Amino acid sequence: MSNTPASKPVGNGNRPSNMAVGRAGGPGPGFGRGGPMGMMKGEKARDFKGTMRKLIGYLGAYRWVTALVILLSVASTVFSIFGPKILGQATTKLFEGVMGQIAGTGTGIDFAAIGQILLLALGLYVVSALLAYVQGWIMTGVSVDITYRLRRDIAEKINRMPLRYFDGTNHGEILSRITNDVDTVNQTLSQSLSQIITSVTTVLGVLVMMLTISWQMTLVALLIVPISLFIVQFIVKHSQRYFRQQQDYLGHVNGHIEEMFAGHVEVKAFNGEARSVKKFQGLNDTLYGSAWKSQFLSGIMMPMMNFVGNLGYVGMVVLGASLAVRNLITVGDIQAFIQYVRSFTQPITQLANISNVLQQTAAAAERVFEFLGEADEPAETDTPVEVGRVHGAVEFRNVRFGYTPDKIVIKNFSAQVQPGKRVAIVGPTGAGKTTLVKLLMRFYDVNEGAILVDGHDIRSLRRADLRHQFGMVLQDTWLFNGTILDNIRYGREDATEEDAIAAARAAHADHFVRSLPGGYQMVLNEETSNISAGQKQLLTIARAFLVNPPMLILDEATSSVDTHTELLIQEAMRRLMQGRTSFIIAHRLSTIRDADWILVVNEGDIVEQGTHEQLLANNGFYANLYNSQFVRVEE
Amino acid sequence: MFRLFPYIRKYAGWVLLAIVLLFVQANADLALPDYLSRIVNIGLQQGGVESALPDALRTETYDHMLLFLTPAEQAQVQAAYARLEPSAAGYADVAAKYSALNGQALYVLQTLDVAQREALTPIVGRGLVTLSFLQQLQSDPEKMAAMGQGLGFDPSKLPPGMTLLDVLGKMPPEQRAGMITAIQERFATLGESMINQMGIAAARAELEALGVNMTVVQSNYILRTGGMMLLITLLSVAATILVGLISARVAAGAARDLREAVFVRVSDFGSAEIEKFSTASLITRATNDVNQMQMLTMIVIRMVFYAPVIGVGGLIRALHTAPSMGWIIGLMVVILISLILGIFSVTLPRFRKIQTLIDNLNRVVRENLSGMMVVRAFNRQSFEEKRFDRANLDLTNNVLFVNRAMVVLMPLMTLLMSSVSLLIIWVGAHQISQAQMQVGDMMAFMQYAMQIFFAFMFMSMMFIILPRASVSANRIADVLEVKPSIVEPENPIHFPEPFRGEVEFDHVSFRYPDADENVLCNITFTARPGQTTAFIGTTGSGKSTIVRLIPRFYDVVEGAIRIDGIDIRQVPQHELRAHIGYVPQRSNLFTGTIESNLRYGDEDATEEQLQRAAEIAQAKEFIEASPDGMATEISQGGTNVSGGQRQRLAIARALVTGASIYIFDDSFSALDYRTDAALRRALKKYVGNSTVFIVSQRVATIKSADQIIVLDEGEIVGKGTHQELMKTCDVYRDIALSQLSQEELA
Repeated sequence: MSNTPASKPVGNGNRPSNMAVGRAGGPGPGFGRGGPMGMMKGEKARDFKGTMRKLIGYLGAYRWVTALVILLSVASTVFSIFGPKILGQATTKLFEGVMGQIAGTGTGIDFAAIGQILLLALGLYVVSALLAYVQGWIMTGVSVDITYRLRRDIAEKINRMPLRYFDGTNHGEILSRITNDVDTVNQTLSQSLSQIITSVTTVLGVLVMMLTISWQMTLVALLIVPISLFIVQFIVKHSQRYFRQQQDYLGHVNGHIEEMFAGHVEVKAFNGEARSVKKFQGLNDTLYGSAWKSQFLSGIMMPMMNFVGNLGYVGMVVLGASLAVRNLITVGDIQAFIQYVRSFTQPITQLANISNVLQQTAAAAERVFEFLGEADEPAETDTPVEVGRVHGAVEFRNVRFGYTPDKIVIKNFSAQVQPGKRVAIVGPTGAGKTTLVKLLMRFYDVNEGAILVDGHDIRSLRRADLRHQFGMVLQDTWLFNGTILDNIRYGREDATEEDAIAAARAAHADHFVRSLPGGYQMVLNEETSNISAGQKQLLTIARAFLVNPPMLILDEATSSVDTHTELLIQEAMRRLMQGRTSFIIAHRLSTIRDADWILVVNEGDIVEQGTHEQLLANNGFYANLYNSQFVRVEE
Repeated sequence: MFRLFPYIRKYAGWVLLAIVLLFVQANADLALPDYLSRIVNIGLQQGGVESALPDALRTETYDHMLLFLTPAEQAQVQAAYARLEPSAAGYADVAAKYSALNGQALYVLQTLDVAQREALTPIVGRGLVTLSFLQQLQSDPEKMAAMGQGLGFDPSKLPPGMTLLDVLGKMPPEQRAGMITAIQERFATLGESMINQMGIAAARAELEALGVNMTVVQSNYILRTGGMMLLITLLSVAATILVGLISARVAAGAARDLREAVFVRVSDFGSAEIEKFSTASLITRATNDVNQMQMLTMIVIRMVFYAPVIGVGGLIRALHTAPSMGWIIGLMVVILISLILGIFSVTLPRFRKIQTLIDNLNRVVRENLSGMMVVRAFNRQSFEEKRFDRANLDLTNNVLFVNRAMVVLMPLMTLLMSSVSLLIIWVGAHQISQAQMQVGDMMAFMQYAMQIFFAFMFMSMMFIILPRASVSANRIADVLEVKPSIVEPENPIHFPEPFRGEVEFDHVSFRYPDADENVLCNITFTARPGQTTAFIGTTGSGKSTIVRLIPRFYDVVEGAIRIDGIDIRQVPQHELRAHIGYVPQRSNLFTGTIESNLRYGDEDATEEQLQRAAEIAQAKEFIEASPDGMATEISQGGTNVSGGQRQRLAIARALVTGASIYIFDDSFSALDYRTDAALRRALKKYVGNSTVFIVSQRVATIKSADQIIVLDEGEIVGKGTHQELMKTCDVYRDIALSQLSQEELA
């Protein structure tokens, strides 16, 4: 519907698409991540060193490969560095030949020598390119492999963590770690790492080559470095301020857009269009002010560096010429030197920016490692009790529980449930009716007291064995993007198709499934929106049927289901409960009254228990609840 | 892409200016290699002497040189050079420049125009070269002997004490003319460029002989040219920065305008248009897509426009410098483009696939997270991990493929660039040896080749970026081109005073745009002030749609809705909605405080009104329980309060309006029965004389309504009170029975 809260698509949609751009331009020249010149938000890791150590630890498994990669990068760079020097020799030979020709003294141009030099240079370039490619090939493999491992580790970690963790973390955040943060780490490994090596090697190598040509000219060239660094720092400092501002204001504008579009109905209903547009215009204008400044400043870096580069270039030529006049240097050397100077500024700019990249990587890696370092569920018992199929006697013995230790909700709860009985859990919305269910399934452990099944403390069982005793039909009908058959078989993978169809029949799902295109083989789409809410409920009942557990947890749906399906669901649930100890989070009065025992929950705690009649007679919370629900509004 | 032009047309002038500046920048950038080549050619190779036309000549040189020229040429030279005697005025000034003059007379070059200089230069050049050639011969008798034979005289027979030049001077004009022709023929084989360079060498020698300090001349030339280079660089930087400024302002401005256009347009949308796009998609269009356009605009102005300018400019200059090497550039461009296109045609489909694979991976994780309880309840962690692993492997393999294919690009590009340089040197060397080109020209050509290389590289990148960007542009244009379906009446009329709020549906039918079937069919009823009209029916029966027609979120397709006898389509939308307090199915709160949210209903509401609304909506209790009370912060969408609380605040917000018509569109679903009942009691008490509409799934909620309308598949199948309907309406009875037990229904 029109007012679907849609904060997610923007929050999440933003980053993957950025990433895609980064990817597209990534390995090629030009468009790095995070805008022009790789300027990004000044994100910082709390523990830079520790995180980097861990990241390098992850690289440890590839230590020989990494060493090879470093070696290859250095070799490739060195080979390419020799290029200009050798080419310069060719030019010198040519120049000498020409001068000889003009003066009428020389023997003309020595093509054999020039050809040899050129072939040598070509060889160097080919070898350098080959080495660079092999290096890139290997490093891509390593970084992609690490990415894969990090993602796998996170995914496996998710299943080992206590449910408690996910109470306070939204899904988008975890998703962002799996995709964006891991991707940032990947990019650093695949690009920045070899970039650092190449840049350092280039700077050093070029420096050496320049010195072999002329120390005077090298001195002039080195003057460029502090100027370049100063300019880079200056611009980065200023543009980052506006960049951050731009991000902030963009956040405000996007937030307002999100809010107003999501609340479109409200805006219309309360005649808020003019107010909303006015606020938008204010925010949008502010954004414009910082947006163009940040764009402009970050774009200014290139021409400024070009200018400094050209300044050096002229200085070089002038100085070179005066040296050449005194025969201290050859024309080819000047040419080579100019090329060196040109390949000098670029790695320096890169190195100046590398700390930013590393900081960002560390921040991303830190989030990943932090997640991986979270506590797992309490360990399984070393001496698990083998229970086989239980009868379904459940006892709560002085249970005390709170989601956080300082906020106890269940203070002291005891109850005994005989096998095969129905227990209804009732209470107002948000009273914490599902807490008991979570304790039963050991999604959480009790703080004090114990829950016993057939006399065994559930903590003495393996979690898998315990959970195997329960069938669960939740209001939030969770199905996955797969065939209907696979979804029914979710609880028992080894079940035959016949078993699954029998379960579907028992759950009154068979009929509608057969009427669907593809029947049991129909694939549920991503939002599982291609079947109705009621049908989903029937499938989850079938799923529980197939497991055939001795105990059940049911959550009655309050959501809208058409009358016919509603009747089918009720019937299917009734049938499912036969002969099983059942815990029902009840909304329907008929269900509540049919229960053998009622637990009344308010503000997390069990405030009353008993049968319907007992509780009405008590005239307490339950009676109040019951009366207020079904008493006619006074005229 | 072009569909957005009307919205950003006002920046056309700025963009034009930017293009002009780009031409300045490109020309400056292209001129630089030219200056480099001059520094090498003239500065280094020619010792700073620019032309073969020396400013001054010794009398001896002048006389001897004339010997090798035709009478016509002689006349030209004589007109250009004037003899300056030591006694003449101004001699001292000239002599100061030529330290080796020793008080002798000399010939000084007069001021000439460019055409004259150009005509004269080869003549003087040839004369000087021939002269210096013969002077060399004189110092080498063997060579002279060989030479003499070729020219038809015997140098050994020269009269003693006379040099070759003296003899030549005494020669009869006819004989000399023959010799001059022979010399000219020989020179013709050397080529003009070589003669020019040799002429310059001779001119330099002459100047040196005059006592000019050639080192100073050379460094002066280099400094002068270097200074020009710096000036041009400055010009280029200034142009680049200006282009940057313009492009930043245009891009940010265009983004601002597009964002506002989308925002305003969406504000005018009815619910039908919102649903057509979906809220999430509209948000993405107004945020992400607009940002993409901003980035694109920057790139287009700064690179897309620049690349062809510099590419074509570079090409022209390169071909001008050395037309014979044009094929190298052609070859380079062909290889470059096929390289880029080749790699991208392999990787692009995979690039697209990667995005889907990322979505896929996200989906698996999201499913695992949202179904965590189910996954664990059924002990299917390993199944989920396998599912994830499949998605992860799929993604990893594709990324690996794409990255490995892309990794090849950089080394290949570098190799191509280097190989082109090598090829230019090799081919250039041959041409230089044939005197068709100079070393500096070759070096300049190399620079031009690199510029063309980068230009084409950028242009081919554009072919990859532009299609992506055009997707964003189209998505924005799609929104902007939609005309809102709810339009203001041309001649609005107003509700009669006093406003009563009697709502009448007169044979109303409704169908969603593009739908084949009616959602509502022939709906007729009247809701009166002081009465509660309730709607019930299964999902999809159209009960919510009915009430959404009243505030004109949609317009009816047939029939009419009248309030106090006026068709609601004839009244201004604002006036209509001001009379309606609407509570949506899923209510949204805005960022701010509880108070600011309640005031959204009426900004001028008094404290008392707010309190009363909160009380009726059963929100007072939890507001007061919160330490900040009415000032409690509300986060976006109201996610920091529970669903029930949010719903109650939304109800209070509607009550603040003090409207005469209230619509509760399934607004009680998030409330428990107890609160639901209390709220309805309070409503009855405080807004009892309003017209109230309630949509609900719950029989208990609507049981006490004055008029219950039962809907089934868009048609009214029952109308009446609870008791009446229990007797007469099967659909109603079915619904009621599924929810309540027999006794409660009584």
